[in-house]
This record gives sequence, C-alpha cells and structure tokens, in this order.
Amino acid sequence: MDKSSAAIARTPLGTERFGFATAGTGRWAFAILAIVIAAALPFALSKYHVFELTLVMIYAIAVLGLNILTGYNGQISLGHGGFFAAGAYTAAILMHRYGVPYWATLPAAGFVGFVLGVLFGLPALRFEGPYLALVTLAMALATPQLLKYFDTWTGGQQGINLVKPVPPAGLGLNQDRWLYLIALVALLLAIRVAANMLNGRTGRAWVAIRDHPIAAAAMGIDTARYKTLAFGTSTLFTAVAGALSAIAIGYVSPESYSLFLSISFLVGAAVGGISTIGGAIVGGFFIQFVPNFANDISDAAPWAIYGLAMLVCMYTMPHGVVGSIKPWLARLAQWTGAHRKRKDGGNSP
Amino acid sequence: MHEFLQQVFSGLAAGSVYASVALALVMIYRSTDLVNFAQGEMAMFSTYIAWTLVNAGLPFWGAFALTLAVSFAGGMLIERVIIRPVENAPVLAAVIVTIGLLLIVNSVAGWIYTYTVQDFPSPFPDRPLLHALITTRDLGVIAVTLIMLVLLFLFFRYTSTGLAMRAAAQNPTSARLCGIRVGHMLAIGWGLAAAIGATAGIMVAPVLFLDPNMMSGVLLYAFAGALLGGITSPVGAVVGGLIVGVTENLVGTYLIASQLKLTVALALIILVLVFKPNGLFGTAIVRRV
Repeated sequence: MDKSSAAIARTPLGTERFGFATAGTGRWAFAILAIVIAAALPFALSKYHVFELTLVMIYAIAVLGLNILTGYNGQISLGHGGFFAAGAYTAAILMHRYGVPYWATLPAAGFVGFVLGVLFGLPALRFEGPYLALVTLAMALATPQLLKYFDTWTGGQQGINLVKPVPPAGLGLNQDRWLYLIALVALLLAIRVAANMLNGRTGRAWVAIRDHPIAAAAMGIDTARYKTLAFGTSTLFTAVAGALSAIAIGYVSPESYSLFLSISFLVGAAVGGISTIGGAIVGGFFIQFVPNFANDISDAAPWAIYGLAMLVCMYTMPHGVVGSIKPWLARLAQWTGAHRKRKDGGNSP
Repeated sequence: MHEFLQQVFSGLAAGSVYASVALALVMIYRSTDLVNFAQGEMAMFSTYIAWTLVNAGLPFWGAFALTLAVSFAGGMLIERVIIRPVENAPVLAAVIVTIGLLLIVNSVAGWIYTYTVQDFPSPFPDRPLLHALITTRDLGVIAVTLIMLVLLFLFFRYTSTGLAMRAAAQNPTSARLCGIRVGHMLAIGWGLAAAIGATAGIMVAPVLFLDPNMMSGVLLYAFAGALLGGITSPVGAVVGGLIVGVTENLVGTYLIASQLKLTVALALIILVLVFKPNGLFGTAIVRRV
C-alpha cells in the first residue's frame, strides 16, 4: 500500500503550488492575463463553441474535486459521476418542483454533495487503493438504476426538462455568454478555494496522509477526520459542477450519469495531472473534446480510439500533462528569475 | 420451501459463473497487484469468438476448447503488450490502463459484432431434475465450473509451472534468483485468467444473451464475490462467488425489485468491506512502519 499511495504523485510538498511559474509577481500577472483572456473569449466565438467551453469549465470543476481526493489524498474514486448526478438532480428538482432560482441551487447542491461525500467517506476509511476503486465503481454502476427507481422525484427515464436561465437585462449578453461567465466565475472561485485549502494546514495534512498514513498519524494528524473531510470537499466541488451542468444543459436524465461519466472524470484527472490544479483544466478539455476527435477518426469504434488515447497518455506521461511539464516550468521560472537578478546587478532581495 | 430451494440452486448456477470471474480477478491481483477492470470485457470478447466458431459449424465443445486456447494466447499478449509498460507505474496509471482496455475491447466488440443482442446456444438441454428443484442446464454450469476448479488446483499443486507461478506471485525477487522467469509467469497468469473468464462468459451467455455489455453486471458481482472471499484467496473467491450468487437470487426473489440488482451488489460490497474487510478467507495485511 505504501508503494501505491506514495506513487500516486511524487511531487515534493514545497513545489505543490499553482502549476504555473512560481515567481510571485510574474504568477499574478500571468493569472490576471489568463482571466482577462478567458472573460473576453466568449465575445469572439460562435454560440456553439461558447457552450462547449462552458462545459469544459464545468468538467474542470468536477475534475478539480476529484484531484483533491485522488491526487492530494490518495483515495481513488471511480464513482464521482454519482456525486455529479446528485448535484445535477438537486438543482433540477429544486428548480422544477419548488421554483427555486437557478443561482440558489448551487449552494444547495454543494451542501448535498458534501453530506453525501462525508457519509460515503466514513465507510471508505476502511478501504484503500483498489478496494476503494471497486466500491466507487459499484456506486457508479448503481447510480442510473437508483435515479430510475425513485421516479416520483427524478422523473424516471424521461428525466427533467429545465428552463435555461435568462441573462439580466441591460448587460446585453446572450444566454450562452451569460452561462459561460457564470461557469468561469465558479471555476475561478473553485480554484481559489482549492488552492487556499491545499496550500494550508488542511492540504499539508492530506498530502501527509497520502504519502505515509502511519507517519501522519504519528505526527498527530487525525487521519479519519481529514480523509472524511477530503471526501466531503471533493464531492462538494463535483456536486456543484453537476448542478452547473444541469443548469447549462437544461436537462437531466439517468442515462447521462452512467459509469462512463465517472470514468471520464478519473481519466481527465489522470491525463491532466493528478495533484495539480492546472491539470483539472487540461482534464476538462480532454473530457469535452477527445470523444469528438475520436468520433471524427473512427465512426465505428470511437471508444476504442478514446481508450487508445488514454493508454498513450499514461505510457508517455504517467504523471499527467501538467505533472510532466511542471518540472520544466519550474526550471524556466528559475532561469528567468536568475536572468532578472543578473540584470539588476544581483542586488534584488 | 420448494421454491426457496429452487432459488438456491439457480443461485448456485449463477454463483459459479461469478466464482469463475472472481477467480480470474484474484489470479491477476495476486500476481500483479492489479485489479483488472477489463476482465469482464475480455470474457465477453472470448464469448463472441466462441459464438463465431459455433456459427461457422464447429461442434460446441470443439469451439469451446479452441476459444479457451485463443483466449489464453490473447491474455498473454495483453499482459506483454499493454500491461507491461505500467508494471512499475503509479497505481492510478495502472487503473487507467485497465479501464482503457475495457473501453477498447467493448468498442471493438460493438464494431465487429454490433450491439444487437444475440442468442447463444447452450450445450446442456433444459430439463427439470429432482422434482424441478434444478434444471440440467444449471447443473451443467455448476459441473463445468467444478471441473475447471479441480484442474486449476491440480495445475497449481502438482506441476512445476504451477509451483513457479506461485513462487513468482509470492516473492518475485527470490523467485527470479531461483531462475524462474517471473515475466513469463505473469503472462501465463493473465492467459489463465483470460481462459477462466472465457469459460464463465460461455456458461453465462445462454442465460444473459450475448451483447457487448453482457458482463458489466457479472463483473460487479464477481468483484463482490472476490472481496467477500478475501481478494488474496482463490478458494475464498469461489466460495464468495457462490454466496453472492445465492444471495442475489434470494434477495431478488423475496426482497427487492430486480431493477435494483446492481444496487444490491453495491450494498453487499460495502457491507463486506465494513464488517469483514479481509473477507472470509483473506489474510490481513500487516504493515511495517
């Protein structure tokens, strides 16, 4: 077990920062530039592309949640599609049955996700590595069945149709751009919250538990509490992403939350780079676009192409895209930092 | 009472299929520390091969033997080509690779054979026996599983290859020092697992009908069986699989509607792991600091 948990990610503690370059002001400038570009992007793209990018960001939030659990705490989950569905259905039922405004469903979905995650995390304390993967796999397979079974609430096979949110008058935004901006704000918030947690006391405790549970316990970390907290936090993110997806797509049905969705999240997390925050965004792109590419390459067996893409990524970059380029970025940052110092005459602090 | 016994016996027939798949999982887990998520799909593909051979006019048992041979070779090939590169990679990478394999096999099967549900012939006539307590078909399935188990037991107990495989699984380094080619043993392990899976697929196909998604439920129950028995114990896998088969049938008949079949498996897995995490026959893993 030690082998596995330590091997999930071998990034040393100190470098587990943003995934961008680490120099202080440079990082902020880069982040602000990225946000400005991201906010301007929907005004330059067609409706359909804006919608696609909205989904990318929503998936990125879900993958970020899974990253917290799998990457930083070493618990593999194949069942996050179930929590995504829980969030989506919470939003859908609140909007459809009780007429709750769409923005108010997000905290509710987060709350439901957190409670479910903690409840599931408690028995999960007993399982490690592949065992947890199995339990969560069973959960992913059971999700569509459960959704169909409680059809008085979920609308059964037909699902629930939702009215898409109307953008506030006076801003001159169309619906897709408005949704895009909501998703962007949610993603930025999620990244900020995740970064704060991961760079602080809680994150250090999670990583310590992942790398060596016994040593962590010996240092006084309450492993049970922190592992359960990791589960709850992770599912909170994923459930909020689920609620956003229900709002953005305007429809929920049991078949959308199959095992394949859960697999996609884990694949997105692993391909992007587990235990990096930037990896979640790469993962979001993978989930949204690779199935389409696969379809373009082969109509007949798209999932075979998708599976091949997974294999190739894992063979060439076992630590994911961001995990693999991070050492290079760090070296680049070091190099530019040294360069700047030399220009300043070596006097900068 | 009569109906109850009937359900127990048909549960045993289903259970022996779960037991076979569970056994295949345990074999791979013991030798490579991997949970093979593609086990069910590999079995499904083998079943399609058997179906093709039967349709081409081969007698059933001839097709059966040929399928086992092809599956064995295929399993070895998969280990060598696909699993080998991630042997020492992070666990997550290995999990992703077996899931990728699952998608590939499923998709290729759908591409070659389409997603239409097919009839699969059963080698056993469907006649009631013993006051309709059990059908000859169920009895046949149980018998085939038992024969396979006995053969496997003899193989591991009395052949030098079997001994070498056990050594390689238990302590790869020492085994290598004794001159055992550990890599070959792992490949044979995968080959055997594929052949066992093929048997399970062929036995279950007449009941479930053949389609590319046939095995997903079976795989889940097999996981439950393997965990119940203790994922490190081959005997446990078989006993666990049988118990799961009977439980599933009884719960499905008397307690819960069959739309929730997979949910029952989920509940079963969680209960086992909460109350008996090492299973009935498994050994507790002691960790050193």
